[in-house]
Amino acid sequence: MHGSEKVPIWRDERYVQIAFQVFVLLTIFALGQFCLGNMFRNLEQQGRQFNFTFLLSQSGFNIGETLVPYDTTSPYYWAFFVSFLNALRLILVGIAATTVLGIVAGVASFSDNWLLRKLNMVYVEVVRNTPLLLQLFVWYFAVFFGFSDKGKTSQLPGSIFVSKKGIVIPWPASSPLLVVLLGVLLSGAIAAYFIWKRRITRMEEQAASGKREQLVLFSMAAVGLLIVLFGLGWEMPRMSAAGNVEGGLRVSVEYGAMLFGLVFYTGAFIAEIVRAGIQSVSKGQWEAARALGLPSNSVMRLIVFPQALRVILPSLSSQYINLAKNSSLALAIGYPEIFATAQTTLNQSGRPVEVILLIMSIYLSINLIISLVMNTLNRVVQFKER
Amino acid sequence: MTTTHSPTASPPPLAQIGAIAWVRKNLFSTWLNTLLTVVLVLVIGRTLIGFLYWATTQAKWQLISANLSLFFVGRYPISQIWRIWVALALISTLGGLTWGVLARNVPQLFGRTTLTLLGVVGAIAVLMPAPVPYRILLLAIEGLVVAMAWGGRMIGHRSPKLGQWLAFAWSLSFFVVWWLIAGGLGLTPVGAGEWGGLMLTVFMAVVSILLCFPLGILLALGRQSSLPVIRGLSVGFIEVVRGVPLIALLFVGSNMIPLFLPIGIRPNLVTRAIIGLTLFSAAYLAENVRGGLQSIARGQSEAANALGLNPGLTTALIVLPQALKVSIPAIVGQFISLLQDTTLVSILGLFDLLGISRTILANPQFIGRYAEAYIFIGVIYWVFCYAMSVGSRQIEKQLNTEH
Amino acid sequence: MAQMQTDEMTNGTVGSEAVIVAENVEKWYDNNFHVLRGVSLTVTKGEVVVVMGPSGSGKSTFIRTFNALERYQKGSIVIDGILLSHDLKNIETIRREVGMVFQQFNLFPHLSVLQNVMLAPIWVRRWTKAKAEAEALRLLDRVGILEQAKKFPGQLSGGQQQRVAIARALAMQPKIMLFDEPTSALDPEMVREVLDVMRTLAGSGMTMVCVTHEVGFAREVADRVVFMDSGLLVEQATPDDFFNHPKEERTQKFLSQIL
Repeated sequence: MHGSEKVPIWRDERYVQIAFQVFVLLTIFALGQFCLGNMFRNLEQQGRQFNFTFLLSQSGFNIGETLVPYDTTSPYYWAFFVSFLNALRLILVGIAATTVLGIVAGVASFSDNWLLRKLNMVYVEVVRNTPLLLQLFVWYFAVFFGFSDKGKTSQLPGSIFVSKKGIVIPWPASSPLLVVLLGVLLSGAIAAYFIWKRRITRMEEQAASGKREQLVLFSMAAVGLLIVLFGLGWEMPRMSAAGNVEGGLRVSVEYGAMLFGLVFYTGAFIAEIVRAGIQSVSKGQWEAARALGLPSNSVMRLIVFPQALRVILPSLSSQYINLAKNSSLALAIGYPEIFATAQTTLNQSGRPVEVILLIMSIYLSINLIISLVMNTLNRVVQFKER
Repeated sequence: MTTTHSPTASPPPLAQIGAIAWVRKNLFSTWLNTLLTVVLVLVIGRTLIGFLYWATTQAKWQLISANLSLFFVGRYPISQIWRIWVALALISTLGGLTWGVLARNVPQLFGRTTLTLLGVVGAIAVLMPAPVPYRILLLAIEGLVVAMAWGGRMIGHRSPKLGQWLAFAWSLSFFVVWWLIAGGLGLTPVGAGEWGGLMLTVFMAVVSILLCFPLGILLALGRQSSLPVIRGLSVGFIEVVRGVPLIALLFVGSNMIPLFLPIGIRPNLVTRAIIGLTLFSAAYLAENVRGGLQSIARGQSEAANALGLNPGLTTALIVLPQALKVSIPAIVGQFISLLQDTTLVSILGLFDLLGISRTILANPQFIGRYAEAYIFIGVIYWVFCYAMSVGSRQIEKQLNTEH
Repeated sequence: MAQMQTDEMTNGTVGSEAVIVAENVEKWYDNNFHVLRGVSLTVTKGEVVVVMGPSGSGKSTFIRTFNALERYQKGSIVIDGILLSHDLKNIETIRREVGMVFQQFNLFPHLSVLQNVMLAPIWVRRWTKAKAEAEALRLLDRVGILEQAKKFPGQLSGGQQQRVAIARALAMQPKIMLFDEPTSALDPEMVREVLDVMRTLAGSGMTMVCVTHEVGFAREVADRVVFMDSGLLVEQATPDDFFNHPKEERTQKFLSQIL
C-alpha cells in the first residue's frame, strides 16, 4: 500500500511483524544460552565433557538377547545397534500382528452374532480404559509367569513350550535348501499376483470365464501349501531327557509379553478405526451394490472395503507410530531394546545429554520412516477428486 | 364391486417374538454362527469358571484390604490422612455441583449408565473389606456427590450465572487442596517424596493438564500464525515432542533439568516428572486446539477486525472461546490418556498407583500375588477412565443441543 | 483499458465533503491474479453508492480494501482524510470509523445478541458497560430486534441475524457503512426486512457503499450506481441513467442478464 507520508517504523505493520519475530528468536536464543551455559558448568563441575567419543569405548554390560553376536567387550555403538535390531524385531512383527487383530476385531463388531459383538465391545473398552504399562505387567507377570510358575514348563497345543527360559515355537530349520524354497515361494507369490491381474483383465475385457487362470492359481496354491507344510523342514520343539526344550525358535518371555501386550493394546484402537471406517461408507453404497446383484462378500471386497480403506489409512499411520513409541516401555519389562540399553548406557557412562540426544533422534527417525511409508500408501489409495 | 375388508392386525407367529426369536436371530442364525456361539460359550465359560475358582479359593484378597492406605495415598503419614478426606469432600462437593450445573438441560440427570455406575460404587463401598469408618466415609462422599449434583441442577436452572462462580471456586479449591496435601501454614508439612498411590496419580495428572493449557494454546496459535519464525518454532516443538515416547521426555525431565539450572538448584523428582508430563501434554493439547481453531470460520476474525478489535483481542474474545468449546471432547480424551500415562512415572521411581504395587508386592506376605494387585489397580483406572469418557460423551451431546 | 470518467456525478443534495477517495487502486492476489486493475472512486458524505457487477469482478475485494480487510499494492485510498497505509495507527483509526456488514452475518455464536452489539464499544471505544448496553438496546430497538436481545445468534432466523449485524456495526458510531452482499445469503421472504433497515439508515444520512444485486433497492435508495467488471470500474451514473440508459456495452450485457 503506497502513501506519500512516511510511516514511523514502530507503527509500520510490516516492520512490527519482523521485529516481533526477531524478539522471539532473541528470547529463545537467550534462554538457550542460559540453559546450555548452566549445563556445561554443571558437567564441568562433575568432571564430564560433552562429546560422543564414549560410543567407541567398551560397554561392559550384557544384553539379554541378541540377533547378532555381542559381548561385554563390544563398544557402545554396537550395543545400540544390537538393541535397535531388537526394537525392530518387536515393532515390525507387532505392526503386522496388530493390523490383523485390529481388522478382525473391527469387522467382528458388525457380526450377526451377539456374543461376538459383545466380546469385541468388552475387549475394546477394557483395553482402552486401562494403562498400557499395567497391561504389559499383566501379560508379563500374571500370564507368562503363570505358565512357568515354580520352574515348570508348560506345553501348549501346537508344540509350543513356555518356561522361564523363554517361549519355544516351531520354526523351519536353517539350511541352504530353505533359502531356495523361500525364494521359490516369493517368486510364486509375485507370479500369482500377475496371473490374477491378467485374469481380471481378461474377464473384464474379453468376457473370458477366467476358469483357466483360476485352475493355474489353485494348483500354484496347492504346491505352495505343500512346500510350506513339508518342504520347509519345520523343527518341532520337544522335551529332552534332561528336561530342556530342544529345537524350534526360542524367544524370551519378555519379548512374548511385550509383543502380546502391544498387539492387544494397539489392536483395540485399530479395531475402532476400522469400525469407524466401515461405518463411514454410507449405507446407500451397500444397498446399491446389493441391488445390482452382487453377493455379500463381493460387496465388502469390491465396494465397501476400498472406500473404508481411504478413511482408515491415515489413522492407521498414527497407531503404528504409537506402537513404535510404546515399544520403549520394554524398559519396564526387561526386554533389551533401544531405550533399555540407553538407560544402562546413561547410568554407566554418565553421559545423559549425548545419550538422550541419540535416543530422540533414533525415535524421530523411526517415526519419519513410518510416516513416509504410510503417506505413500495413502496417496496411492486416495480418491482423485475433481 | 368388491368390498375389501381390512383385516384386523394379527400378532406375528410365536417363533418371531420373545426370547426364542432373539436367540435364534443373534446366536444361531446360520450354521457358522451356531458353531461360533458354541465355541465362544465353551471358551468364555471355561475361562470365567477358572477365574471364579481362582478368585474364591486361591486368591489372597487381603493384599488389597491390608494395603488400602498404600494404594490410595502412598506412604502419607497415617495421622494426617484426615486432610485427604477433607480434600476429597471438597472436590466431591464442587464436582457434584459442576455436574449438576453442566447437565441442567439433559432430560434425565441420572440416566441408566449413571445409575449403574453409582450403584457399582455404592456396592463397592459396602462390600469392601476395609475398616467400617472408611466404608461409611466413602458412602458419605458418594451421597455428597449425588446431592450436590441434584442441587447444582436446581441452581443451574434458576441462575445460569453460577457458571462463573464455579470456575472461580475450582481455581480456589485447587490451592486449598494443594495446601491440604502438602501442608505448611498451620498444617504439618508432608514432603512430595511421601506422596503416592492414587492421590499422587491424580495430583500429577491434574497439575500437568492445568499447566499445559497456556503453553498448549500458545503453541496452537503459533502453529496457525502467518509469521514464519513463530510457525517454525511451534511446529518444531510439537513434532519433536509428539515424535518421541513419553518415557524419553520423562528422562529428559529428570536428567536434563538439573543440568539446565544453575549449580545447586535441584528440583525434586515429582516436580521434574510433572514438567515432563506438562511438555508432553502441551504438544498434544496444541494439536487438539489446532483442530478447533481450524474449524472457526474466517469470517469470525474478519468481523472482529472490521469492528476494530486488534489481533490480540480478536483471539482472546472471539476465536479462542469458540475453538476451546469445540475442542472440549478432544481435551477430555487427552486427560484420560494423561491419567493413564502417569503410570510411566513408576519407571522413574515414583510411587504412583502402579509404582506402589512394587512396594506392596515386595512384602514377604504377598510375594508373587501379581494378579490381585493388578486387578485392583486395573479396576480403579478402568472406573475413572470409563466414567470420564461417558461424561465426555454427555458433554458433547449437551454442547450439540445448545445454541 | 481506460476507466470511464463521468462528470455527471450528482452531488446535489448531499454534502460535498469526500469521505472515501480511492485513486487507481491496484491489487494482485498471491497467485499473481490481477484482481483490481486501477479503480478510482470518490464517495461524498451522506451519499449512498451501490456497486454492481458479475461475480469475480472484484467488487467485494474493492470495498474490503476500505477497512483494510484486503490490502492493496498500488494507488491510494484516503478514508475520512486518513491515508490507508501500512501505518498500524491509521488502520486502527479507520476501522473504528468504518462499519461493515457481511454476506454471512458473522455474528459471534458464543455471545448473546446484546453481547455481540456491546463487545466492540466496550473494548475498542472503551465505553462503560452501562453506556454500551444502553446504546446497544437503542440500536436493537431501531432495527426491530429488541425482544431477542438475550437470545443467541443460533436461535435467530437469517433476517434477524443480519439485522443484529447491522446494529453491531452501528454501535461503533461509524462514519461510513459498507455492505457486502447483505441479502444474498437470505431466504427471499427475509430480504425485505433487511432492506427496510438499510433504507431507513440511508434516509438518516449515513454514507453507505453497498455491493448488492437488489435492483429495487438500488433504484429507490442509491444516489449513484457503479458497475465493475474484471477489476475495472466500467460505468457509474444515477440509478435512473444507469438502469434505463446504460452507455457501455458491458453494462448493457450485464443489465440484460439481471433485469
